Amino acid sequence: METATWTVKKGLAAMLKGGVIMDVVTAEHARIAEEAGAVAVMALERVPADIRAAGGVARMSEPQLIQEIIDAVSIPVMAKCRIGHFVEAQVLEVLGVDYIDESEVLTPADEAHHVDKHKFKVPFVCGARDLGEALRRIAEGAAMIRTKGEAGTGNVVEAERHMRAMMSDMRKVQYMAREELMAEAKALGAPYELLVEVAEMGKLPVVNFAAGGIATPADAALMMQLGAEGVFVGSGIFKSDNPSARARAIVQATTHFNDPSIIAEVSKGLGTAMPGIEIGTLRQEELLATRGW
Amino acid sequence: MTTIGILALQGAFVEHAGVLRGLGVETREIRLPEQLDGIDGLVIPGGESTTIGKLMVSFNLVEVLRDLARAGMPMFGTCAGMIVLAKDTVQRYDQPLLNAMNIVVHRNGFGRQVDSFEADLAMPVLGDKPFRGIFIRAPYIESIGEGVEILGKVPDGKVVCARQENMLVCAFHPELTDDPRLHRYFLEMARGCRQLVQASRA
Repeated sequence: METATWTVKKGLAAMLKGGVIMDVVTAEHARIAEEAGAVAVMALERVPADIRAAGGVARMSEPQLIQEIIDAVSIPVMAKCRIGHFVEAQVLEVLGVDYIDESEVLTPADEAHHVDKHKFKVPFVCGARDLGEALRRIAEGAAMIRTKGEAGTGNVVEAERHMRAMMSDMRKVQYMAREELMAEAKALGAPYELLVEVAEMGKLPVVNFAAGGIATPADAALMMQLGAEGVFVGSGIFKSDNPSARARAIVQATTHFNDPSIIAEVSKGLGTAMPGIEIGTLRQEELLATRGW
Repeated sequence: MTTIGILALQGAFVEHAGVLRGLGVETREIRLPEQLDGIDGLVIPGGESTTIGKLMVSFNLVEVLRDLARAGMPMFGTCAGMIVLAKDTVQRYDQPLLNAMNIVVHRNGFGRQVDSFEADLAMPVLGDKPFRGIFIRAPYIESIGEGVEILGKVPDGKVVCARQENMLVCAFHPELTDDPRLHRYFLEMARGCRQLVQASRA
């Protein structure tokens, strides 16, 4: 029996496809998410909208809280560590989380390096804005990728930008001659061997979800139609009027992302979505997506 | 032409479609009851069984799938799909199950993700060559009832693959390997079931 193989690491992400992973800050939230049909929950201390509001340094959640969330649900539990903070990752691994998100939503602990994710038994998911960033993270051992979007804004525009950039880059490299791929790898800042793999397969070698700003069932379906294999919803659920109904509707819209009549039906009567933020009103230092190297 | 439906509510349904098409059959993604018309068999893929169960309830699939299973429709459940087809779970979770097979399953029976593993399994019905089992937060079959045939076990003896008439289940993920033998076994089983159903009608 072999554990922690690349196949089982990226295999769990394959089992989450077509599903919704929800940010939760308490065991009670986790139960609501599971009841609404989440495929996994992301345990964190504060949802991104509150991290934005509070300012200061955002860190890994308190271990006791993560333990309570693990004990509360039967679905997989993910948790976030700071970029480059491999000791937070070690702690999350021994707590038994099923996936670690090395996340730009928390304050980076290293401004040049990410965690060497191959060293861990637990798989990692990382954010990316384009194909080069996605392939750098995969080379470091990320077994799942998500768009960064702009977390905590309730504004899907950045997630849309990042997904389009990734899909467009992938379409482009499929039509390149082999000798063009080295120059393209240099331009993208992508490891050459992985770029060749993308050119041959026409997709990332790991599962690719959308994240950052998804607040409505239509937002989730938009990202799915653009090519996402599933979605993360952070502040969009528990910062809305009726988290339970909205969570269930986003789950249903993600499954039926190609069926506008179902998306219309499930979107009725959900109450007010989270108040959003226009990205242009954020100062440069308030942008989370630019964190990561 | 044989058409196999794949329950596409959530999970690794694309991978199953790839293996089945490689074996020369048509596939159809199933998200709503009306899409079930005319299929010759159904795959219930891996994913999260609680999510799949809730979506089955929301889109009125539970009763129709129970009826089809009872009527002899060949079904193949992998991992979460095995849980969905079972009679019950050891943990007695409050989740909708199809109760199509006389088995009780232990969810997450091998532990959390860090305990997920690969192992070579002796599977005599597939020939002498072992089958590479990929187990991801996998369940196992805790107990079997009448009519259930055990097809595979992990080295410590836990049952991870079984058949009962038109039902086939495994706790691992054949769709994540490039070995199509278990899918081929399902297609042969489905053809046998269809002949039986036709014979009983004649």
